[in-house]
Amino acid sequence: MKLKGWRELPLGAVVLDAGSAAEFKTGSWRAFRPVWKEENCIQCLFCWMYCPDMAIKVKDGRRGEFDYDYCKGCGICALECPGKKGQKAIVMEEEGK
Amino acid sequence: MAKIVAVTGNEAVANALRQVNPDVCAAYPITPQTDMMQRFASFVSDGKVDTEIILVESEHSAMSACIGAAAGGGRVVTATSSQGLALMWEMLFIAAGTRLPIVMPVVNRALSSPLNIHGDHSDAMGARDSGWIQLWSENAQEAYDNTIQAFRIAEHMDIRLPVMVCLDGFITSHSIERIEYLEDDEVKNFAGEYQQLYPLLDVDNPKSYGPLILPDLYMEYKRAQHEVMTRVSKFVLDVAADFEKLSGRKYGLFESYRLDDAEIALVILNSAAGTAKDVVDEFRDKGIKAGLLKPRLFRPFPYEEVASALKSAKAICVMDRADSFGGFGPMYMEIASAMMLNGSRPILINKIYGLGGRDFMPEHAQMVISELDEIAKGGKIKTFKEYIGVRE
Ligand code: SF4
Ligand code: SF4
Repeated sequence: MKLKGWRELPLGAVVLDAGSAAEFKTGSWRAFRPVWKEENCIQCLFCWMYCPDMAIKVKDGRRGEFDYDYCKGCGICALECPGKKGQKAIVMEEEGK
Repeated sequence: MAKIVAVTGNEAVANALRQVNPDVCAAYPITPQTDMMQRFASFVSDGKVDTEIILVESEHSAMSACIGAAAGGGRVVTATSSQGLALMWEMLFIAAGTRLPIVMPVVNRALSSPLNIHGDHSDAMGARDSGWIQLWSENAQEAYDNTIQAFRIAEHMDIRLPVMVCLDGFITSHSIERIEYLEDDEVKNFAGEYQQLYPLLDVDNPKSYGPLILPDLYMEYKRAQHEVMTRVSKFVLDVAADFEKLSGRKYGLFESYRLDDAEIALVILNSAAGTAKDVVDEFRDKGIKAGLLKPRLFRPFPYEEVASALKSAKAICVMDRADSFGGFGPMYMEIASAMMLNGSRPILINKIYGLGGRDFMPEHAQMVISELDEIAKGGKIKTFKEYIGVRE
């Protein structure tokens, strides 16, 4: 992508394209990776609500695999996940292990 | 038809704000500004304006609320002084960098410590680099006129920058002077309908304010911010020309007083310029070619125009009612830069006066002009920076 020169910038750095955060992939920040254990998932969608980015995609009212392009590995989903019978449906694993 | 009244500077500026009828005002009281916003709040309570007033818990919040309201799409005002302006500091840069045309009268007052409530220019001079346009006013009439003009300058579609209108605490804010008010509809027409730019409240076109800009783009934004500032003086003059048609009162980027053939000159801001002009006349009567330059637009600073106005002067004294401890006064540094552009190298001395409301008397101006006269005739320069009106 060619970077803009100072004459081409929107005034005041206002972002005029709604939803342009989709172009900003934060996956490379991740040191820990959330792993979904489908067998423990009750589909409460807490993870979808709490995720600060859009790494959890919901289709027909159900979550599926993580979209790691947007997952910065913050661990909020894993913390909030109630899981089933004391078993978390999301666990954090160190990247590169 | 102008209406002639006897009012204080605060009252005159509050009336200008009433006549413009902004959408939002977020303010916090601080001496000597308090009575300006108090009067404006009365206009709100009495239904004289349609303004929504937001009473906040600090000046930091006042400026934050102004930023939100301006980004929302409103015409926004506030006012402050001294510590209040200092507390806004963080948000001042955000208002300017986000290009929000907020108008803010600043009733100039000294900064603590020691605590002092009286007039000097250290508050607004400290905000010099915040990206705000600054207009300075000698008296209540100029403060009233500058406030009305500020809206047109700030809101111009090619500018969109916040404007401070500076007036001296107590000397101007609390003294009763003869003022010519414009009619309400004249001011309303002059200010015009507010034109929105990227209003957040236009929910059909969502947008985001205040994104994180990293090293790959930050410097480009700052370069663009400087560029818009370089275009401001043209619009200041355009607006002044329109204002003159309406009011008969003429404004420029600065006032040149008997400068055309001046061999010695004073550069001095705001109320003290009135006193100094009288003294310039006294010296002219004695055949001494003295003149005075009173800046009006301090940011952006009109370097070339100022340099050319001062070109005949052999010795210049820049009078600062604010200090930079361990450095020269802020106005001195601007004039020194301007003279470098000019290529002419007059002797330039700096006097610090009037801090914390210390009176500036005709004797002080006489002393300075006599000293300049000696220097211009080849006399010795005592010192480049000196405090006047201070006890040893
Ligand atoms: S780790 Fe953080 S960013 Fe990644 S999916 Fe969970 S909540 Fe979202
Ligand atoms: S929070 Fe846990 S249990 Fe709930 S939907 Fe997400 S993964 Fe499943």
